[in-house]
Amino acid sequence: MEKQYISTRNACKLCAPLGASVALKGIEGCVPLIHGSQGCATYIRRYMISHYKEPVDIASSNFSEAATVYGGSRNFITGINNIIRQYNPKVIGIASTCLSATIGEDLPGLIRDYKEANKDKELPTFINVSTASYCGSHIDGFHNTLLAAIKSLATDKLKGDYINIFPGFVSPADIRYLKEVLDDFGIKYILFPDYSETLDNEHWKDYQLIPQGGTPLSDIMRTGGAKATIEFGNVFNKGAVKSNAGRIQTAGEWLENEFGVKNYSIGMPIGIKSSDSFFNILSEISQKSVPEKHRKERGRLIDAYVDAHKYVFGKRAMIFGEEDLVLSLAGFLKEIGIEPALIGSGGNSSLLRSEVEKLFDQAEVPISVLSGSDFETMREQAEELNPDILIGNSKGYYIARERKIPLVRLGFPIHDRFGAARLHHIGYRGTQELFDRIVNALIEYKQENSPVGYKYI
Amino acid sequence: MDYILKEREKQVAFAGINTATIECNKESLAGSVSQRACVFCGSRVVLYPIADALHLIHGPIGCAAYTWDIRGSLSSGPELHRLSFSTDLQERDVIFGGIDKLNAAMEELIDLHHPKAAFIYTTCIVGVIGDDVESACKQMALRKGIPVIPVQAPGFQGSKKDGYKVACEALFQLVGTINKPTPKYSINILGDFNLAGELWILLEYYKKMGIHVNATITGDGRVEDICNAHNASLNVVQCSGSMNYLAQMMKKEYGIPSMRVSYFGIEDMSDALYDVASFFKSEEMMTKAKELVREEFTRLMPQLKWYKERLQGKKAAIYVGGAFKAISLIKALRLIGVQTVIVGSQTGTTEDYELIKKLCDEGTIIVDDSNPVELSHFVKEKHADIFIGGVKERPIAHKIGLGFCDHNHERKEALAGYEGMMNFAREIYATAMSPVWQFTK
Repeated sequence: MEKQYISTRNACKLCAPLGASVALKGIEGCVPLIHGSQGCATYIRRYMISHYKEPVDIASSNFSEAATVYGGSRNFITGINNIIRQYNPKVIGIASTCLSATIGEDLPGLIRDYKEANKDKELPTFINVSTASYCGSHIDGFHNTLLAAIKSLATDKLKGDYINIFPGFVSPADIRYLKEVLDDFGIKYILFPDYSETLDNEHWKDYQLIPQGGTPLSDIMRTGGAKATIEFGNVFNKGAVKSNAGRIQTAGEWLENEFGVKNYSIGMPIGIKSSDSFFNILSEISQKSVPEKHRKERGRLIDAYVDAHKYVFGKRAMIFGEEDLVLSLAGFLKEIGIEPALIGSGGNSSLLRSEVEKLFDQAEVPISVLSGSDFETMREQAEELNPDILIGNSKGYYIARERKIPLVRLGFPIHDRFGAARLHHIGYRGTQELFDRIVNALIEYKQENSPVGYKYI
Repeated sequence: MDYILKEREKQVAFAGINTATIECNKESLAGSVSQRACVFCGSRVVLYPIADALHLIHGPIGCAAYTWDIRGSLSSGPELHRLSFSTDLQERDVIFGGIDKLNAAMEELIDLHHPKAAFIYTTCIVGVIGDDVESACKQMALRKGIPVIPVQAPGFQGSKKDGYKVACEALFQLVGTINKPTPKYSINILGDFNLAGELWILLEYYKKMGIHVNATITGDGRVEDICNAHNASLNVVQCSGSMNYLAQMMKKEYGIPSMRVSYFGIEDMSDALYDVASFFKSEEMMTKAKELVREEFTRLMPQLKWYKERLQGKKAAIYVGGAFKAISLIKALRLIGVQTVIVGSQTGTTEDYELIKKLCDEGTIIVDDSNPVELSHFVKEKHADIFIGGVKERPIAHKIGLGFCDHNHERKEALAGYEGMMNFAREIYATAMSPVWQFTK
C-alpha cells in the first residue's frame, strides 16, 4: 500500500454550506444567508454559477473582526433586515459556517430574538441548519438542510393521498424527469428540494430577484401527513458527525419515526435494477402497473445494453464523487460489464466499503475503495490500476488528460462543459443517456486512437 | 432608486460636474449580497500564480476546494501552483488544535514536491482557535531550508483588499534574500498575473525595447526571482489595488521607484511603454517604443475602425474588481464606439472614482461594492447592451438579455497589450452582434 497522506491534495468534496445552499435554492421564495465571512457566500455563489449558469444570490452576514470577538448578532440583524428590504423573501434559510460554529453563535437564539424584536411585522419563515465545514462535506450539508427544514416545519395535521420524494443531490433535469414519472403514474407528490427551475430557469424579460420555482413551504409542512416517503441514497448524512451525540437521521427516517410516514429508502436509481426497484415502489404505492411510456423506455434501454455490450464489457472504470452517487454508478456498471477498478469519494461516512461489498462478491473483482479520499490519491492509484475510463465530476479532468483516457462527466461540479443542469442520469431514460455517453466515449477513444480512420465502428 | 439600501446610497454616484464624491473603502454591508470575497481570497489570488511554491491552506476544506486552479494564470515551467493543498481540519482538530496536522502536512508536502518556498494560508477558524502558525512556519523553514511563509488571512479580518496587503507582506518577506547580477535597464512587473499568457505578450514588448524584466510578480512567478526583486531599477505596477503596497514597501526599504500603468487598451498600453522609456531617460529605448507603437497602430487601427463602424451606439456596463482597470476599459470601449453607462468596482479608491467621473459622460452611474439587485436595475435603467465583468455577473447579464465579456481572472482570452485589444474588440463584437438576442427582446 502506498503512503497515506495527512493533507488533502485536490479535494474530492466541498464544504457543508455549499450543500446547504443548493438545498435551500430548492425552497420556493427562499434566500439563503450564510452566517460567516463574506468569502464563504461569494465562493459558493461562484462555484454554483459556474455549474448551473444561473444567477445564484446568497447573502452573507459578513463577519468582521469585531463580530468574531463580540458575536455576530448585530451582523445577523443587519443581514436579515437588508435581505428583507432587498428581496422580501418568503423564507430565509440560514446556514452556519466553521467560523460562526467555532465561536459558538446560537442561531436558533438569534432567530428567536429577531422574531421577538419584530413581532409587530410580518416576517419570512426562518430555517436554520448547522453546517460547520469541519463536520462532513457538502453532501452532509445538503441532507442536514432537508432534515432541518422538515424538522422545523413538518406536521401531520393534514393527512392526504400523496407521497414525499427526496431525490438527493441530483440534477435539475433529473428532478423534472421524476415529476414526469410521478405524473404519469397519477401519484400526487411533494418533491423536496426542487431546484429544477431555480437553478435551470428559462430566459427572463425582467430580472427576478428570487427565481420562480422551488418546493412551497406549505408542501414542506405537509410532508408529515404523506402516506409514504421515497428517498434516494444509502449513505446520506449518516456518517456526518461522528462525535455528535445521537444518531443523525435522514429526513425520511425522521418523518417515519415522528409521524409514521412509511419510508422507502433506495439507492439512486441508475441502471435497470435500481430503476426497477424505484418503479416497483411507484407501482405498489399507486396500485398501477408501469405506464407504457416508461415500460418502453426500459425496453429500449435493454435493447441498447445488448447492442453495445461488446464496447463496454471488461473495461475498467475509475468513478468518483459523493458516496451515494458512486455506489449507484457501481451498481449500474456491474450491469453492463464494466469493472469499477476504483471507487473514490471525499465523503467519509465509513459506510462506503460495506455498501460496495453488498454489491460485489469479494472475489468478483478487486476494487479499490477509497473513502475520505482526494484526487491526488486517486491519480496515484490510477497509475497502477490503469483504468480505461473515468466517470465523475469535472475536477477529475486533469487525471483523464494525463492518462489520455475519456472522462464522462456527471455529478457536481461540471465546470468545463456546457449544460450540466440538463444532464440526466436517473431512471430508465436517464440511464439511457448516461449509457449512450459512456459507450460513445469508449467508441470515440477507440476511433481516435486507431491508425485506421474507421467510418463504421 | 429605492432598490438601493440606505446604508449604501453614498456608494453610488454619477459622472458630471458638481456631483457628490463617492464613498468607498467600506466593509460590505451584511445581507447586501456583495460580489466581493474575503481576506483569504485576496491573498490567495495574488500569490496563486507563483508556480514553484507550495500553497498550503490551513483550515477546513472549503477554502482550498474553491480556490483549486482558480485563475487562468499560466506558467512556462513548474505547475505546482495548480494543485490544491489543505489541512482539511476536522472537528477534533478544531477542539484540540490543528498545529500537529499542519506540521505533518508541511513536512510531507515539502518532501514530496521540493518547492522553492511554501506559503501557509491561515483561514477564519485558525484565527479563532489560536494555532501558532507563525512559529510552526519558522521551525519548518529551518528544518527544510526553504522559506516557509505564513499568510495570515482569516476571512473576517477585513475585505478582499486587505487580503492583497497580506499577500504583499508575504512577498516582501522574500524580497531581498538573494542577490543576483541584474542588468542596468531592468524592471519588475507587478500586478500582471499572466492570465491567458498576457504576461508573455508584455515581455515581448519590453524585450523589443531592450529592457530586462527581472521579477514578474506574480504572473509566471518564481520564488528566486522574487527574492532578487530588490535589484531591479523600477517597479512597473499594474492592478495597483493589489500590488501598490508591495511597491511602497520596496521603495521605502530599497529605494526602488515605481510607476502605475495599465496594459488594457492601446492608449494605456502605449503610455506604459513610453513611461518606462522616459524613466530610463534612454532615447534609444524611446525610439524603439515609438517604432513598436507605430507598427501596432498601423496594424490595428483599420481593424478597430471596422469594429467601431459596427458597434457605434452600443452601451456598456462595467463591473470589475479594481477601478483602475475600469478606467482603461472605458477608453478601450470608446475606441470601438461603445459608450460606458455604468462603471463599478469591488475595491476602487476615491481617486480612481473621481477620475472615472471626469472620464465618463454625464449621468453615467458609478458604483462601489455593488450587488445583483442594484446591477440588474442599473443596466435596465441605462439600457446597456453589453456587460463587462466576472463569472458572478455573467448570469445576471445573460438572464436579462445583455451581451457579456469576461474580464476577470478566470478568462481564457488574453486581453492585455495590442493583441489583447484585438481580442477584446472581437469579443465585444461577438457578444453584441450574436443573432440570439432576437429571441430575448
